[in-house]
Amino acid sequence: MSGGLYSTESNEFDKTLDLTKIKPYGDTMNDGKTQLSFTLPVTKGEEAIEAAKQLMRKMGFENPQVVYVQELMEGFTFFNCYGNCTHTVDFTDIDVPKVESTTMDMHETDDFIKENIGRSIRVIGASTGSDAHTVGIDAIMNMKGFAGHYGLERYEMIEALNMGSQVPNEEFIAKAIELKADVLLVSQTVTQKDVHIKNLTELVELMEAEGLRDKVILICGGPRISHELAKELGYDAGFGMNKYSDDVASYAAQELSRRLNG
Amino acid sequence: MQRSKLGLDFEKIGHAKEVSKRIADDVQKFVDNYSTVAVERTLCRLLGVDGVDRNEVPLPNVLVDELKEKGVLSEGVMFFLGNAVLETGLNPQEIAEKIAAGELDITKIPVHTTAEIHQTIQPLVENSIRVIKDRKAKRDHYLETIGEGSKPYLYVIVATGNIYEDVVQAEAAARQGADIIAVIRTTGQSLLDYVPYGATTEGFGGTVATQENFRIMRTALDKVGEEEGRYIRLCNYCSGLCMPEIAAMGAIEGLDVMLNDALYGILFRDINMQRTIVDQYFSRILNGFAGVIINTGEDNYLTTADAFDEAHTVLASDFINEQLALVAGLPEEQMGLGHAFEMTPDLENGFLYELAQAQMIREIFPKAPLKYMPPTKFMTGNIFKGNIQDALFNQISIWTGQGIQLLGMLTEAIHTPFMSDRYLSIENAKYIFNNMKSIGDEMEFKEGGIIRKRAAKVLDDAITLVENIEKEGLFTALEKGIFADIKRPKNGGKGLDGVVEKGSNYFNPFIELMLGK
Repeated sequence: MSGGLYSTESNEFDKTLDLTKIKPYGDTMNDGKTQLSFTLPVTKGEEAIEAAKQLMRKMGFENPQVVYVQELMEGFTFFNCYGNCTHTVDFTDIDVPKVESTTMDMHETDDFIKENIGRSIRVIGASTGSDAHTVGIDAIMNMKGFAGHYGLERYEMIEALNMGSQVPNEEFIAKAIELKADVLLVSQTVTQKDVHIKNLTELVELMEAEGLRDKVILICGGPRISHELAKELGYDAGFGMNKYSDDVASYAAQELSRRLNG
Repeated sequence: MQRSKLGLDFEKIGHAKEVSKRIADDVQKFVDNYSTVAVERTLCRLLGVDGVDRNEVPLPNVLVDELKEKGVLSEGVMFFLGNAVLETGLNPQEIAEKIAAGELDITKIPVHTTAEIHQTIQPLVENSIRVIKDRKAKRDHYLETIGEGSKPYLYVIVATGNIYEDVVQAEAAARQGADIIAVIRTTGQSLLDYVPYGATTEGFGGTVATQENFRIMRTALDKVGEEEGRYIRLCNYCSGLCMPEIAAMGAIEGLDVMLNDALYGILFRDINMQRTIVDQYFSRILNGFAGVIINTGEDNYLTTADAFDEAHTVLASDFINEQLALVAGLPEEQMGLGHAFEMTPDLENGFLYELAQAQMIREIFPKAPLKYMPPTKFMTGNIFKGNIQDALFNQISIWTGQGIQLLGMLTEAIHTPFMSDRYLSIENAKYIFNNMKSIGDEMEFKEGGIIRKRAAKVLDDAITLVENIEKEGLFTALEKGIFADIKRPKNGGKGLDGVVEKGSNYFNPFIELMLGK
């Protein structure tokens, strides 16, 4: 089944790296080796394996290999596969919007705020809409923070309010007005059927209707959020996986300073 | 006398349980004097009121809201329904329909004597009890004939949002070896003050809990169970604002396991503590009577608080939850007390601490089918490492004899499980459970070693904590943020306006009958 794995036949491809045409790397430059797994809604058998291989060819894989087959139940078969990807990407032509700020630690951010803003920053955060998950907003805001990164509540120069989960957008905005918040943090964890997109869009629309949108720094975050998506939805910034309170606080402080000090 | 492999002091454990009993008794003094809209709706359902009005409002809500608006809910639905049945000769369902149609005001009809009302309601109550008993007998019959999987039960979730798609996923999981299928609820359902009606195909992050959905899944699992020769348990969520109503629906439809924890709702859903503690009492009576295993949510404390530093809060909460369940007549064999494998993987000897705690909980609650929760907080999207994290968790479970194994998914933190994720996870657990089957019988823990010391310390800290909670009372302790670093005010949160003090005519015969008093 794994024929080719120990194959000694010569590989007829150019093994020099060309950043305008990159493809996956297994153990040799440009071999295109890719591992993938998926389930097909068919019963296990030779036909199912052939179907998996044909599908992989359509996905752009040469030499598709099905290395493991398991029937999950009658009519559903799971495959582990390898193949050589034929597609390439021009890495020199990639442009990804990024949050423009330098990440500082808590003390540096506190000092930055003292020097450049001269007062505490008011930040409110919530997991809005029907989302019941507080894990994200807690990691950013709670005193203890996450993975060694203290949360915003611990910052000397940040007045942080974490409103928790399932906060309606209207309530969130009302609180922002009441507290004259400088920065709004919205956390979205549940993304099934794009419920987060609808909710995030609704918040922006409500804020625009209130004439509030330009008066605050609006930030969203969550495991499926990217800065690019955030910008598209009308947010100032978005923070996804592997971003911590430091990143959020640094951006908020520097952006507020940009706005106040021109 | 039980022997502790950890050298735990059973006198200390006994002391902790006595203190916790006093905490629960103190809570119960409050509970006895109150009812809630959810408890009253539950009574409607137990008397056969079901369906919705033309605006999709469930009839139990129509009936209870009517009494609440008229300011007479304190007397309870049993009083008004009993009186109305007696006066009109209609059954509770017909009465609810007439109220919904605006054709009947049950607060404005002649009032019969208390004795007559009780006598009228009695056969309806007995009939309802018979339905639940029959359901329980059906489960017992399955367990006697086709049998069940061995412990730890393999517990997996389905969460497609569509009950018919859930059935396909559940069937696949059962065929692969799952013992318990949990249908995750749609996000936000815990905060609805009504239970939606009918079969549903739309949900976010889960599927709406409705009585019809319960029925559809139960039927499917019975069929698979018969074919596989193994009873498949069904789990749902008897938590949030409709706690006792869902307990009643589950008791009637043959659910086997229910998440059922007021403390979880208070802390993680900001549900008012008075409301949900009263709701929980009746829901646990129902679950206890129906033979349903409850699961408590202590494992969640460690998603917000640190799993190493705050381990004793989990144990303290388990102590209190055990007593709150005993007050409601729920036997120890149905207490799926929760705890979790949730320390950061970077921690040196973290596995040893987890092992110490799992063994400790096992010894402290020897009869309980403990619910053991897999890593979630430190799952990263690195599915390969995730599979190893889940494997370590599975090893501790078989080693320490856990009851219900909530299987970890390698794709946790990415998406709700694919059919193949569930397969890989079941394969992982079965491999380890078989390969390490008797390790717990073979291994002893070194005296004065890391594991024994850890268990002793967590127990000591938990005792200090329950002693403090006893001094303050549970409600005040929760206001001070004693669990999960979360503070909740006694008069804050959702659902407080649904709490009502019992009036002089109030009666709920189910409590006595189900507690066998």
